[in-house]
This record gives sequence, C-alpha cells and structure tokens, in this order.
Amino acid sequence: MNGLINRAIEGFVRDGYGDALWSEVVGELALDEAAFEPLMPCAPEVTERLVAALAARLRRAPDDLLEDLGTYLVSQPRTEAVRRLLRFGGVDFEDFLHSLEDLPGRARLAMPEFSLPEIRLHADAAGRYRVEPGACPQAGLRLGPVLVGLLRAMADDYGALVLIEPRGPAIEVRLLDAAHADARAFDLAAGPVPR
Amino acid sequence: MSAVAALGALLGRLCPMIALVGPTGHVLAAGPTLERVLAPRAPVGARFLELFEVLRPHGVADMAGLAALEGARIRLRLRSGGRHALKGVLCRLPANGALGLPGGVVVNLSFGISVVEAVRDFGLTASDFAATDPTSEMLYLLEAKSAAMAESRRLNRRLDGARKAAQEQALSDPLTGLRNRRACDLALDDLCRAPEPFGLLHVDLDFFKQVNDGCGHAAGDLVLQVVARRMLAQARPDDILARVGGDEFVLLLPGMDDIPALETVARRLIAAIEAPVSDGPARHRVSASIGGVLRPARAEADPPSLMAAADRALYAAKAAGRGRAIMAGASARAGAGGALSPGPVTENSPVQGAAMRSG
Repeated sequence: MNGLINRAIEGFVRDGYGDALWSEVVGELALDEAAFEPLMPCAPEVTERLVAALAARLRRAPDDLLEDLGTYLVSQPRTEAVRRLLRFGGVDFEDFLHSLEDLPGRARLAMPEFSLPEIRLHADAAGRYRVEPGACPQAGLRLGPVLVGLLRAMADDYGALVLIEPRGPAIEVRLLDAAHADARAFDLAAGPVPR
Repeated sequence: MSAVAALGALLGRLCPMIALVGPTGHVLAAGPTLERVLAPRAPVGARFLELFEVLRPHGVADMAGLAALEGARIRLRLRSGGRHALKGVLCRLPANGALGLPGGVVVNLSFGISVVEAVRDFGLTASDFAATDPTSEMLYLLEAKSAAMAESRRLNRRLDGARKAAQEQALSDPLTGLRNRRACDLALDDLCRAPEPFGLLHVDLDFFKQVNDGCGHAAGDLVLQVVARRMLAQARPDDILARVGGDEFVLLLPGMDDIPALETVARRLIAAIEAPVSDGPARHRVSASIGGVLRPARAEADPPSLMAAADRALYAAKAAGRGRAIMAGASARAGAGGALSPGPVTENSPVQGAAMRSG
C-alpha cells in the first residue's frame, strides 16, 4: 500500500515542484526505486520520512502539503484513474459523500492489500455533514488532510458549491449548492476497459 | 393517469429496462433506460416482437409464444441492430385482472455480459441503472482491476529487464557453475595489470559436436558438466576456470612462469577430458585441443593479444590432429606463433597436417 502512496507523492512533487527537487529529496533520504513501486510492499516509515523531508524542504506544514496532495489526486490528468474510480461512487456530490463509507471496501476490492481506515459520515442537518476518518497508522501519513483536499476537488468535479473545514480529526462539509456549476463529464465506460 | 400507465411508471422506476406488453403484443409502457436504448424509435405503441428478436428459446413469433415463456430465461437481440445480447425474464399478468391488463406480460431486460459495450454505445450513466443494480460497481471493479493489471504488466516488464541485466552482469555459467566469459575477461584484465606471471590455457573440446548432435543436447550438457568438474579437479585453488563458449574453456593460472609446467597442466587436462563419460548405458568420448600462452613476470601484455596468441596455438593444435596441446612460443617452428618470442620446443610440437577444426 505504501508503494502506491509513495508513487502518488512522487507524481505530486514532480508535477508541482519539478524533477530536480524530487531527485534531491529522494537522494537525501537514500530511497531506492522499489519504494515507489505501487504493487510492492514498503514500510510506512518511508512515507513518514518522505512527507517530513518534503514539508521541511518546501517550508510548509505537513497537513497543508497533504491537502494539496488530495486535490492533486483528483484534479490532475496523470491521476485521472483516481478521479474516475471516485466518481463511480455517486451520481452527485451528496451521493458521493454517502459513498465515502464504502471507500475502504471499494479500495480493498481493487487492491486487497490496500487497507484504508473506516470512514464515518454523519448528516447533522440539511446540507451539513461531518466526515470522520479513522486512524490509519499503517498509511505513514495523516489521511484527514488528504481527504480534505480530495473532497474539495471532488466537489469541484461534481460542480457543487461546498464549504469544507477540518474540525479536529473530523471534516465538516456544508453543501451550499449541489448544482452550482457544470459537473465535469463522467462517462461510465470511458475507462481502460477492453474495447 | 391510467392504471396501466401508473403500473408502468412504478415498474420503470424499479427496473428501468422493463416493458409492459398488452394482450395484442404491443408495448404499452417502457422503462426510461429501455426508451433510451431504443431511441429514436418510441417503444410505446410498437409490437414487442418488432423491437426484439427472441434468440432463445427459438421460434417465438407471436404474443401466444411470448406468453408461453413465463418464468424462463430468455435471450434477445435488438432488431435495430447492434451486437448486444440481452437477457430477459417474463411474467404474465394475472388473468383475473388483479393488476390490470389481463392477458398482458411484463418483460424485464438486462445487458448481461455485453453491458460494457452497451454503456458505451448508448451513453448510459449510473442513473440509467436501478439504484440496486450492481452494474456501476461492476464497471468500477473492471476499471480498477484493469488499472491494477496495467500496473502489474509494467512492473513485470521492469523486473524482467532487471533480471536480464542481472544475468548479464552475473559471473557464472549456469550450466557448469564455472566462471563465464565476462568473469574470465575481468580476471584476465586484473592479471595483466599485476606484475606477477601467469599462464593461460584455451581449451576447445574435440568430438563434442558429434555427441551433442548425435546423442542430443541433454547428453551434450552432461558431457560439459562432467568435463568441467574434471578440469576443476586438475586446477589449483587460485586458478580460474571459465566456460567462454559452447565447448570452449579458459584456465588462468596465476603465478605460472614455466612453459613446460604449463604444458604439463594442459596434458593432464586432456587426459582427464578423454576419460569416457557414462550416461546411463551410453559412454561418450570427447577429447580436447589446447593452446597455451605464458605471460612472464612484469612483461607487457594486453588481454586481446594474449587471447590471440593462445588462439593461434589452439588452432595449430587442432591442425596437428586432436588431443594436442601447443604452447605459444614453443610452437614457432610449426608456424603457429610466428609473432611470439621463441621458447622451449615441446614434445607436442605439431606436424603439418590437414587443418581441421572441429566444433
């Protein structure tokens, strides 16, 4: 699972900050390429060290960096597969929010060794939600901030106007307008299925 | 809204590919996805069997035939064309009119395994499937697994490349366990750079081709393995024995500074190689020709010219008949090492004969 996470971080850093910076950080940490092989096991400590080194190098809080990572995963062409797989979760943003509870199960179906923590969704009042990701020590990074960035980008993808704020370990989501803008197109059969 | 329209609307929400067919065989109501699939033709008002051909069971031609399919699994095809094989199930409405429309049937359809093509061809979205329908989960899974598979193929290619590179960099010959050509080249480079003397014997098996071609590759491999073990037994611990070609070997002897001694080693090797090799009931016999060269202490020598000198001596040994060893420098008289410094004449100096080189 950490090979895949590390690969995502690699794409994020290379696309956002350049190959030179990436090579420097990986060189300093003396990581070999197996650490970025999505299907190979890798220790969570590698991810921890990677995030800490990047935050220090970029002079940013680790949580801010992780939030940007979440947004990157949904909004960049290189990671289109992630956006598509998430869009299968629901026909609109609200439907998608409800599918977050299925996310660990969906991830496991795709990759049995990929264990996301349980995610709980509470609907407080009309249009107000609280998303509570469980702890996931084996991820090697805090999933909460990644989820914040990912939810913001998914709201944008669905054309929904939302306010998303971290509240401690939970995330508050206020849905202001479900159809604020046009959603990005989602063709069910446009993925890498055999033709 | 009529009772039939209400029933059609309710069923259409639960099963978007449903058709309500009246006793005359005409479609009276259709689910929204079915309408989308049949567009631009409007299904309502058309005869069901004009829209669909029942492939299995065969021979369904009218409403009576359709009604007889109660409860059976049916396979259908769109008459408007397309490669989609539809699956369906049909229920007769109660004859007493309890649900309205006595003599009518309800048909529910699905795309079965052709759903991926259907989604693409008809531009279907998640809302075209019932909320309880696992189709979008299936498409999700298909896509997720395709992505994982693509990743796996990429990893396999990378690992295969790494395996080939590692094999290339490896220093041993997998068949005999001896050093390979690469290891031999590296060792020869090292020896040439150092001041200490050393000897080099280039061994080429005689009659090996006959064993390999006549008795099969398995026999050939066995001979190579046995011969390798026997040669290794003749070598000193610091000597380097390498298989450098199909049936070619090189023995490097660090510290060797005497041509007669080098030649003695060569003759011992030939004797060891010539002992028959038992292979079940069969016994294979091969021999070897050897060309040798000595690099005296502190003499200038580069690996290619040493190998070339050993090759010329080997060629002369082959030309002299099989099972001979000729040392460069010792064979100047026979014309095998004209460019080399003179050295002691050996008893194995070849006679001029038909130049033959066996494989």
